[in-house]
Amino acid sequence: MKPGGFVRAAMWAGFLFLWLPILLLVGFAFSADRIPFQWGGFSLRWFGALAANEKLLAAAWLSLRIAAASACLAVLLGGGIGFVLARFGPFRGRAMFGALAGAPLVLPEVVIGLCLLLLFVAMEGLIGWPSGRGAFTILLAHAGFGAAYVAVLVQARLAEAERSLEEAAMDLGATPLVAFRSITLPLMAPALMAGWLLAFTLSLDDVVIASFVSGPAGTTLPIALFSMLRLGLTPEVNALAALVVLGVGAMLGVALWLLGRRRA
Amino acid sequence: MLIARGITKRFGAVQALAGLDLAIEAGEFFALLGGSGSGKSTLLRVLAGFEAPDAGVLTLDGQDLLAMPPWARPINMMFQSYALLPHMNVAENIAYGLKRAGVATEERRRRIAEALELVGLPGMESRKPQQLSGGQKQRVALARSLVMRPRLLLLDEPMAALDAGLRERTGLELRALQRKTGAAFVMVTHDQQEALALADRIAVLESGRVAQIGPPQEVYARPATRFVARFLGAANVLEGRMCGDVFEGAEAGVAIASGLPGETIAIALRAEHIRLISADQPHCVRGVVEDAAFRGDDWLLIIRLPGGARLRVAHGDVPPAPGDTVALAWEAASVVPLFA
Amino acid sequence: MRRGFLLAPLWLWLLLFVAAPVAVLAVMALATPSDGVPPFTLGLRFAAFAMLVEDGYYVEALFSALRLAATTAGLCLLIAYPMALGMAGVRPRWRLPLLAMLMLPFWSGFLLRIGAWIGLLRDEGLINRLLRGFGITEAPLPLLYTEGAMLVGMVHAYLPFAVLPLFTALVRLDPALLEAAADLGARPARVFFSVTLPLTLPAAAAGFLLVFIPAAGEFVIPELLGPPEAQVIGRVLWQEFFQSRDWPLAAALGLALLALLILPMRWFQKLEAEQ
Repeated sequence: MKPGGFVRAAMWAGFLFLWLPILLLVGFAFSADRIPFQWGGFSLRWFGALAANEKLLAAAWLSLRIAAASACLAVLLGGGIGFVLARFGPFRGRAMFGALAGAPLVLPEVVIGLCLLLLFVAMEGLIGWPSGRGAFTILLAHAGFGAAYVAVLVQARLAEAERSLEEAAMDLGATPLVAFRSITLPLMAPALMAGWLLAFTLSLDDVVIASFVSGPAGTTLPIALFSMLRLGLTPEVNALAALVVLGVGAMLGVALWLLGRRRA
Repeated sequence: MLIARGITKRFGAVQALAGLDLAIEAGEFFALLGGSGSGKSTLLRVLAGFEAPDAGVLTLDGQDLLAMPPWARPINMMFQSYALLPHMNVAENIAYGLKRAGVATEERRRRIAEALELVGLPGMESRKPQQLSGGQKQRVALARSLVMRPRLLLLDEPMAALDAGLRERTGLELRALQRKTGAAFVMVTHDQQEALALADRIAVLESGRVAQIGPPQEVYARPATRFVARFLGAANVLEGRMCGDVFEGAEAGVAIASGLPGETIAIALRAEHIRLISADQPHCVRGVVEDAAFRGDDWLLIIRLPGGARLRVAHGDVPPAPGDTVALAWEAASVVPLFA
Repeated sequence: MRRGFLLAPLWLWLLLFVAAPVAVLAVMALATPSDGVPPFTLGLRFAAFAMLVEDGYYVEALFSALRLAATTAGLCLLIAYPMALGMAGVRPRWRLPLLAMLMLPFWSGFLLRIGAWIGLLRDEGLINRLLRGFGITEAPLPLLYTEGAMLVGMVHAYLPFAVLPLFTALVRLDPALLEAAADLGARPARVFFSVTLPLTLPAAAAGFLLVFIPAAGEFVIPELLGPPEAQVIGRVLWQEFFQSRDWPLAAALGLALLALLILPMRWFQKLEAEQ
């Protein structure tokens, strides 16, 4: 049944609410005025200012490296966890395993951040590792967080594919290891890729957990941005937003185009 | 060839297989027939190696199968869902097992083409499973198993996922393939028509045991237990007891037959073996017509006996009206004594 | 067995980085704050918990966090329902692009979106300039650093999480059920309230909780958009930790938040398991 006019209108109003602030933020990035959200003629000066802001650039570079590394670790861990949950059947401690795997999805960020910081402090006191806090501790924290999301995606993907595919492979002479490499891994691949992207984005977006587990040397982009926004908005933020939205939009456009082409 | 003795398997509180014995000969088409929960699918998974039985012996030509993992058994299986690998095309699916066996590329290509020819899908090598119809998927799954030249092929409800119109023809083709390859086929099914039509021998399974085993004609004509008689359909089963050498139907209110063995506890009587006769002729029993339904070739009558039991009767002519009292007769030889 | 090679490292990771931190949190809540580095001495004192219960400030912070989370989740659901209905009602080929439109703001940076609201709601922001430009107001309206700004920011951030489960449930809903209801004489509104709504209620509950649970611990949005007096638990925990350097008290606050969220979390997991 077709939705009525009210539903259509409400849907577009919802999308407008979601999008208008972002579009305005991006649009005013091209304004020359030094007051954000004030039109002062077209200019790219704030992109120049952004390129000259070495602190922000250093933070962005650090964030990208942490995000890429933690996403890789998250895919490794989350892929394993999702595989175990989808394919191992009952084993001792399975309920506990599942609960621990899913916990980072429901725990509030402030609690995760505080918990992990206390853990790192305790570990340093007991075994001297990880010594100090900074990029490495953020990486570990983000990997744990991202792994929970990857595990959910992988588990869902494998639950969709019937168990008899691997059984058919073994029936045709494949040992469990060969069946995993030739059947299970290709089946998991889209979920692993999506999971990597999700873990990467979550890491790049996180300010709360990173604030707790970072030392003075661990100023990531969100941490730098957060302290800037506490003082108010500058047009450099507009310029950064424009770059991010255009970048993400381009990636999404390519993905949709590829999907559409594969279907056609 | 294949011998199973005392196979037992329990899942928690459910006894799936309860000391099952079975022997399957080389080159025969064998059907495992049973309802849901009869243990037929578990048995198939035990044969393929996906379930380890709790107890029992399983050998193939004297070789202990239970010591072998699924990938080492000279047995292949066609899954009910076909389990075609979605990320591989038809040729890659069929090549999968050959690669595991280390068959060289040239030989592989030849055998794939051969297998596709065998199942009537020549030239389909580069199709993806998603591009195939249900019947084509089934044939590819069949080709994938047969290309391994198994001594024993397991088929899990091979026709269940097909349209009704395709089933009959596919079944006959399946049997023709079995004759051509000479492999023993073991088919699991819940459809007695399918089993009767295709198999050389059938085994009816009931709660994890073989209730009866034999050629289809024999199992159909001489069911051994009440369960088999009811499961194969169309037979009336009347409970009762022996008084001397006369069997008295408990709900029929009359003596049904004489000369049956003393341990008879019920009898089976097929609907098509019962005749309606005029009341003045010698008859076996009288009853009241309750209902009549036209079935194309004949009429199915439901007739209530004095004791309350209902008999299904196949009747060729225009039937009497509901409410009429009729007399029924049958040959003594059509009464099958049941002992369990 | 061979499975052990995979299970062992995963167990180690989960126990070390998920189970152990929560245990450490409990240990910390019983410690005493001190001037050292790190600023605590271990012990077995319930002083932090006693302060939590006795000082009305902390109890109020917990309750205002729950109020904020419930209001946010309720508003999100109200907006999400018609959005999900509309998205599920378009032709299948348009669903993916709409889904992308829903999720793209989520991928475009959480802090940047808050930045946008600051730019809109400031005294010299776009909305105030427009209001004055049209002569509607004389002096700038105080919009930023208010309860309203905080709520708008929260709803904007969490809305996609409320839409997703509803959209999935609506797409899965068998259209024959709606047609059957219409065939039996129900008008569209009746169909919605007697068939669609009851059948998607679990998804609505899941959407509510998906917003409520993270919103209850939210720190960034109240800090950047809310008024100073909006002392929700996330903000109080942050201040006790970073400004007062009272780690045991922060740990006790964290445990209290967890205790309050256990029921919603269990409920959410039950809903997930049922689907």
